[in-house]
Amino acid sequence: MALVSENVMKLFRGSGQSSAPAVPQKLNRRSSGMAEISRLLNSQEALCVLDLGSTSASNIQFLTEKGHKNYSEDLLRASLDPTLRVKDEAGNWATDGKRFLDENLTYGNALFDIVLCWNLPDYMEESLVKPAVDRLWSVMKPGGLLLAFFHTRDAGPDAPCYRFHITATDMLEMQEIKLPAVNRKDDKNSLRLQRVFNNRHIENLFRDFASIKFFLARDNIREVLVVR
Amino acid sequence: MDTPKSGEFAHIGKSVVIKGELSGSEDLYVDGQVEGTIELRNNSLIVGPNGNVKANVSAKGVVVQGKVEGTVNATERVELRKSAVVNGDVITQRISMEEGAFFKGKIDIQKEPGKAAPVAS
Repeated sequence: MALVSENVMKLFRGSGQSSAPAVPQKLNRRSSGMAEISRLLNSQEALCVLDLGSTSASNIQFLTEKGHKNYSEDLLRASLDPTLRVKDEAGNWATDGKRFLDENLTYGNALFDIVLCWNLPDYMEESLVKPAVDRLWSVMKPGGLLLAFFHTRDAGPDAPCYRFHITATDMLEMQEIKLPAVNRKDDKNSLRLQRVFNNRHIENLFRDFASIKFFLARDNIREVLVVR
Repeated sequence: MDTPKSGEFAHIGKSVVIKGELSGSEDLYVDGQVEGTIELRNNSLIVGPNGNVKANVSAKGVVVQGKVEGTVNATERVELRKSAVVNGDVITQRISMEEGAFFKGKIDIQKEPGKAAPVAS
């Protein structure tokens, strides 16, 4: 049992070794948040779902075979666009947040019933997180659901970033994301954990939303289900 | 739908740039640049690895290995290969996607009467 829990811990902490396998491994995890989302997907028809993770055929299949409309936008990848990097007045490199929002999440107001954010806030550059969440608020329908995952404690900057494939109503397959060379800021091909949000930070991040529900998982991931 | 052999498809080479309305009644392989519209109602379009299409596309089947920006409307199926970069909406009955394909937009699966709409990875 101890061995199993240690292995699960490693998934989110990173092993600290550089000898990562060439082919990213796929791992499964049960998700209480996804189970809640699935209840909505199964009880209503023709919902509009925005998936902000990496393009996933599994997710498209899961959503479209239930008759829902699937919108896909890899927001993390978009945020790493090197052309968004500009020098500010002090001469420091920063990400052009205005241009980022001009080019991404450009949907009509109150379009989406469900937004799948996955682990985006943990890995996206800090200056973009709040503006992106505010934009999500405006493109979601009142009563719509947003699912996001947060690390519960500092897992170190090398904690692997996963993409999530929905395999069943409450099961997700996780696959480590390796960055293409064009999106790298350094010689590493992994995304870096930017920060760890505590409960208060998360509540502030979603303060404009109607309600927020936390699910603490065994693997040190806090699943957050937010109602618009 | 595999990459075609020379002669099986009308071929737009990688140094060719076309702006305007492109229509036809034979299968088309685009490895160059097309801006405008592509209409191949009963035929297929393949966008090769060097292809860069900024157009709304209507065809029976569409295979993307390169870049497409615009709405893709395929009456039968759409295949996004691992090097595909698609920005725009896809409307089709069936879609398959290889690991590594990038897609930004809406997928609207038009179900065949009495059948589920399959998606393959």
